Amino acid sequence: MTALPQTTQKKLGLVIDLDTCVGCQACVTACKGWNDAGIGLSDHDPYGAEPHGTFLNRVHSYQVVVEGAPAQVVTFPRSCLHCDNAPCVTVCPTGASYKRAEDGIVLVNEDACIGCGLCAWACPYGAREMDAAQGVMKKCTLCVDRIYNETLPEEDREPACVRTCPTNARHFGDLADPGSAVSRLVAERGGYDLMPDMGTKPTNKYLPPRRKGPGDASPLAPLLDIRASGIAGWLDRMLGKL
Amino acid sequence: MHPAPSVILFSVLSGLGFGFLAFLGWGALTPSGWAAFLLWGLGYGLAVAGLLAATFHLGNPKNALKAFTQWRTSWLSREAWASVATLVLLAPMALSDIFGLGLPRILGQVGGALAILTVFTTAMIYTQIKAVPRWHHWLTPVMFLTFAIAGGAMLSGRTWAPLAMLAVGAVLLAHWRVGDGAFARAGQSLGTATGLDRLGVPSVLDPAHTAGNYLKREMIFVVGRKHAARLRKIALGLASVAPALVLLLPLGLFGIALATVLHLAGALAARWLFFAEAEHVVGLYYGARG
Amino acid sequence: MNQPRVETQREVGDEVRKTTCYMCACRCGINVHLKSGKVAYIEGNRDHPINKGVLCAKGASGIKQVTAPSRLRAPLRRVGPRGSGAFEEISWEEALQTAVAWMKPLRETAPEKLAFFTGRDQSQSLTGWWAQQFGTPNYAAHGGFCSVNMAAGGIYTIGGAFWEFGQPDWERTKLFVMFGVAEDHDSNPIKIGIGKLKARGARVISVNPVRTGYSAVADDWIGITPGTDGLLILSLIHCLLEAGKIDLDYLAQWTNAPLLVTEADGPEKGLFVRNAESQPFVIDRRTGHPAPWDGKDVQPDLGAEWQGNRTVFRHMVEEYLKPDYAPEAVAARCGVPAARIRQLAAELADVAFNQAITLDRPWTDFRGNEHANMPGRPVSFHAMRGISAHSNGFQTARALHLLQILLGAVETPGGYRLKPPYPKPVEAHPTPHFVTSPGKPLTGPHLGYVRSPDDLCLLPDGQPARIDKGFSWENPFSAHGLMHMVIPNAHAGDPYRIDTLFLYMANMSWNSSMNSARVMEMLTEQRDGEYVIPRIIYSDAYASEMVAYADLILPDTTYLERHDCISLLDRPISEPDAAGDAIRWPVLEPDREVRCFQSVLLDLGARLGLPGMVNEDGSPKFKDYADYIVHHQRRPGVGPLMGFRGNGEAEGRGAPNPDQLNRYIENGAFYQAHVPEEAAFYKPWNAAYQDWAVRLGLYETPQPYLFNIWSEPMRRFQLAAEGFGPRQPPDHLRARLKQAMHPLPIWYPPYGDEDAAFGYPVHALTQRPMDMYHSWGSQNAWLRQIKGRNYLYLPTKLWEAQGFRDGDWARVSSRAGTIVVPVAHMAALNENTVWTWNAIGKRRGAWALHEDAPEATTGFLLNHLISELLPDREGVRLSNSDPVTGQAAWFDQRVRVERVAAEDHPRGMVEPMFERLPDPPRAGEGQQNSSSKNFAKNFRRKFLARDGKVMR
Repeated sequence: MTALPQTTQKKLGLVIDLDTCVGCQACVTACKGWNDAGIGLSDHDPYGAEPHGTFLNRVHSYQVVVEGAPAQVVTFPRSCLHCDNAPCVTVCPTGASYKRAEDGIVLVNEDACIGCGLCAWACPYGAREMDAAQGVMKKCTLCVDRIYNETLPEEDREPACVRTCPTNARHFGDLADPGSAVSRLVAERGGYDLMPDMGTKPTNKYLPPRRKGPGDASPLAPLLDIRASGIAGWLDRMLGKL
Repeated sequence: MHPAPSVILFSVLSGLGFGFLAFLGWGALTPSGWAAFLLWGLGYGLAVAGLLAATFHLGNPKNALKAFTQWRTSWLSREAWASVATLVLLAPMALSDIFGLGLPRILGQVGGALAILTVFTTAMIYTQIKAVPRWHHWLTPVMFLTFAIAGGAMLSGRTWAPLAMLAVGAVLLAHWRVGDGAFARAGQSLGTATGLDRLGVPSVLDPAHTAGNYLKREMIFVVGRKHAARLRKIALGLASVAPALVLLLPLGLFGIALATVLHLAGALAARWLFFAEAEHVVGLYYGARG
Repeated sequence: MNQPRVETQREVGDEVRKTTCYMCACRCGINVHLKSGKVAYIEGNRDHPINKGVLCAKGASGIKQVTAPSRLRAPLRRVGPRGSGAFEEISWEEALQTAVAWMKPLRETAPEKLAFFTGRDQSQSLTGWWAQQFGTPNYAAHGGFCSVNMAAGGIYTIGGAFWEFGQPDWERTKLFVMFGVAEDHDSNPIKIGIGKLKARGARVISVNPVRTGYSAVADDWIGITPGTDGLLILSLIHCLLEAGKIDLDYLAQWTNAPLLVTEADGPEKGLFVRNAESQPFVIDRRTGHPAPWDGKDVQPDLGAEWQGNRTVFRHMVEEYLKPDYAPEAVAARCGVPAARIRQLAAELADVAFNQAITLDRPWTDFRGNEHANMPGRPVSFHAMRGISAHSNGFQTARALHLLQILLGAVETPGGYRLKPPYPKPVEAHPTPHFVTSPGKPLTGPHLGYVRSPDDLCLLPDGQPARIDKGFSWENPFSAHGLMHMVIPNAHAGDPYRIDTLFLYMANMSWNSSMNSARVMEMLTEQRDGEYVIPRIIYSDAYASEMVAYADLILPDTTYLERHDCISLLDRPISEPDAAGDAIRWPVLEPDREVRCFQSVLLDLGARLGLPGMVNEDGSPKFKDYADYIVHHQRRPGVGPLMGFRGNGEAEGRGAPNPDQLNRYIENGAFYQAHVPEEAAFYKPWNAAYQDWAVRLGLYETPQPYLFNIWSEPMRRFQLAAEGFGPRQPPDHLRARLKQAMHPLPIWYPPYGDEDAAFGYPVHALTQRPMDMYHSWGSQNAWLRQIKGRNYLYLPTKLWEAQGFRDGDWARVSSRAGTIVVPVAHMAALNENTVWTWNAIGKRRGAWALHEDAPEATTGFLLNHLISELLPDREGVRLSNSDPVTGQAAWFDQRVRVERVAAEDHPRGMVEPMFERLPDPPRAGEGQQNSSSKNFAKNFRRKFLARDGKVMR
């Protein structure tokens, strides 16, 4: 089972638009809520001095010092990238960690997980968090219990993080299909992989922030030399237009 | 990486245990009776204690048997097989030695080879992790194997054991030297981790979460530079130089015992550093490295 | 390979109940999934007009709000000294009797001795009406310390405001410019809007000292110096005028630009020239003669000069063409290079005039003129606290509206669109009412819009009639009151002493007050064996910091356990294309002795015999809040909810329908009345819109009006300050009124700037994180894991100048106080500004958090640095507020920042550190058990052993 499938029929994944993400954390708690109700994500010492809990999606906030321009701030959601060449799968001794042949989703079969943590070590992206209460590894399931869930209205069959995102910075779809909306976004906006040198071949892609800076409107030309003509001259010129 | 006592004890004790078992299997010592019982018992004891310690690292040990299923891909699964196979295969040899059954040595030789293989599989669990550049190098299995062989040689009273101990020191130094530049050589930065190197030089502004989580506890451990340097000296001295010197002295069994204690203490320090100094690339997201 | 079987058909719960969120003021629709009677999951309601299915981090965490251990569980009576937190639980009957015993004598003798102020109240049409029926002049909600400048600046200028009362035409705008917008009103709609702009590649520009959130995704960022937005805006206006890039036709038709301003010295100077019918008029370009401002086919002459009186337009042009407003003259002050200002002006002009759009929708204006289409200028703006929380915020808001008006971008396609019940001019709003008469109600609502000094709330001796000094010479247009001044004024007995302070959902002893430490003292100070503020009644659902300072606690329900109405009489959930209102209803039954505060208020009203709350026989008129929502009528046929009235089909007007709430529940807990397509733009002047609004009950008659470039109400106050008129301001306020009440939008330095000369050069700001809502977030088990502590962010210049390092602290001082707080470096920040997240810091012991919770040990407030009073001026200390509206000038704050190296602050805790609040009886389990061993361990680990960067 921990062998990776040769190919997957689909590559379901997320495209995250860093030009649009405002860092509101909505996806973080929507994910937490949905998966807490499903697979259970515990919180330890929730009202105490050192709370810590399991979350499958985290949003970071970075500042970027840019050459010759003001520094920027980029908020950055981070969750499982459902890699084609997922190192978290092959290291698993029990087969609990696996990648689905039909859609490429990387999952943990909790019934087989021994909680050794090796998969989390193998993942460069910090996509996995061990649940302290259950002792098994948790990770983004791409809401596999939503996207195929016929008890939900069809329009709701998308990951909770995507459904809730107020700015629509998160897109869900099949990245194996070059004609899909997500694939087109990646092509148009230069979607990229995180740490490509790690050889993981992530499915999820990130869209870079667009170029920032002043616009290119041509400077306004004064109507006339107001100091010379006075306000009266300005009024004549201006209202003569009417 | 978080230097968890369970994994440190596991790798140190089982490394020494399997190393010693290899020497016993190979017939470096041919004890009999009570002596055989004690020596084989020591080997088994170390190896099994190490393996037991490892289970404390498991969140859900009730599924542990399933760890034998994925030997095709998983080094951890292979380690499970190798260690059990070693222990099973060497058992008749041990009984033979204890009770003088006279079983052929070939059994022990194969078992001894398996013991070394076990240590190798253990090392590969770490070596395979590309996300921890310090580990992801051929010197990692060399180091684990050197420890095991030197430890076995020491416990089995080989005359070349002092040399082996010095080799441990050399390998440790090499691993540190190579390891210190490994993260930089891996070429990963917050820029590549986020792709924001396209724009400029990123750094952490606000933490993603101020509360703790598994990643921060397990994979982001920062050890002070001074503290590490001091500990390296201690590790080198105790794991390598001191036992080598003690073994050179004509102290007999006491010498071996003293050397073992020193070496174990040094090995624990070295292994603590092996984890504590290992930086996981996920730390980049949390600003653990620029 | 055989893959494990995965459960993909999980049922979320066994029932979905749709109600309205209350995790902030956004009021999104939510689907609450219940499983065996417990909340299983909360998601956004896709059909809801506000959030269209999305939900923010707070909303999705609401599930933790109904299980929070900090929930109060029964009424409480104080048994120890105030502030000690010693309480006993009492029955509701006892609690209500106590409250009545305190209030009844006040009503019969001196109703003003009861001050009733509500914080994050979403039922102001009820709470205000209750206070009015009680007869006290002392009522307001929290708008005064929130963003009244935004509301009032808008109403006085365009008859509508930013806040959530309007929004850009997200579908059509091509350039969206934000001023001082962080996570403000309104939250999800702005995010949805920005998402729409981003999806179609429209341009977003943010003017903000701090580049986070919306400013971070903006295509361009202008890191302005705080408090100078108005100057920047007027400079943009200067540039546009200089180049003639303004919409003359729009100005002539829809604004008071063509009205004539009296030139002659005297009591009329600066007021509009009026005809025999007391109506202002214009000069018709066709005839050169006066013509009615609302006459059909009249072509107003913007440049007219008639009998020596010039138009508003001419006054305006003369003002803003002054070289003082040239980009080169303002650049240094604003911290924005002149070229950037000119570039921004060029962008605005380019989009407004070169990329104009037209909708093919014929419409008729109120004058009867027919228009073949709707031209639009696809430039839009939004602004919030960043500009309003300054002492020049009112005028800055007006300046921004003027900029929109000059571009012709208000209520036109692609521009800024108002949401019903707006547009609504000052004239359609009430004036403030305040005259008390023992045992009698006030004759009208407390809050309103002042037209002239005649409308001020002053006692016969000229002293303020309200405890917060609202609608006095100090803050004439304080349309939302000044909640931040209630406790200081009541404590000082200025203008008078009160007996009972009645507060709802307002954390006044902590993050909702300026100078919180001093406020705590005011609340506990005694004089002659009695507390200076003798009685305090407080209602809250949670064990907030304020609970400890009350004498009687009336525990409220959580938002999922209550009825509410989000009403057109108050702050509805309208969209530009539809009026909207909504309800909350108990999707869960409370499991403890708590009651919906509004039901309690009605019960108290009935016990006090307040008119409208009792039947003729003296029995209670309303069973509870739900009963009131359905049956109360503010005007005949007009009640709190507009939908499903009468037989269930009536909209806006109609008899109460007993089945109304059920119909709302069936409809997803909201109702929308759609604006006809031909009425969707040009609403203030669009006859079809005006008729629709009257049909719906928004007004009784059509209310067309002109946008007020020149504000006559303001000029009337200037005249008074100049010595004209019977009502005269005190002398010490004359100069300030003359300056602040200028009838044209102007800029003056925020009052806080004076502190720079005293060694406090740095601006200090806060902003609300998107994932927290003031105090309410920190008790939430999920949200507090995201932000459980805060840092003071320092700009590169300051960071490097003092050699700050990660893990360091800073001593931050102002004229009011000093705090020691953890710092972090931020590059994308105005170079003379520091800032932090608002209200993360909690007092130890509050909110059922462990006393060593990071919120208490390392979280902090800037409030301790902010004085509620300005420095002494000739023996007078005025409130630290906008001189026009009384808006709390939070962002005027100036500080000094000094490095405290990590090693020199081994305690690792913020200062000041207040005594731990004892834990009141509440619903959840205790968190207060002190463990000094744990603390020492945590403290070592957190602050000594580790590298600061990682800890962040």
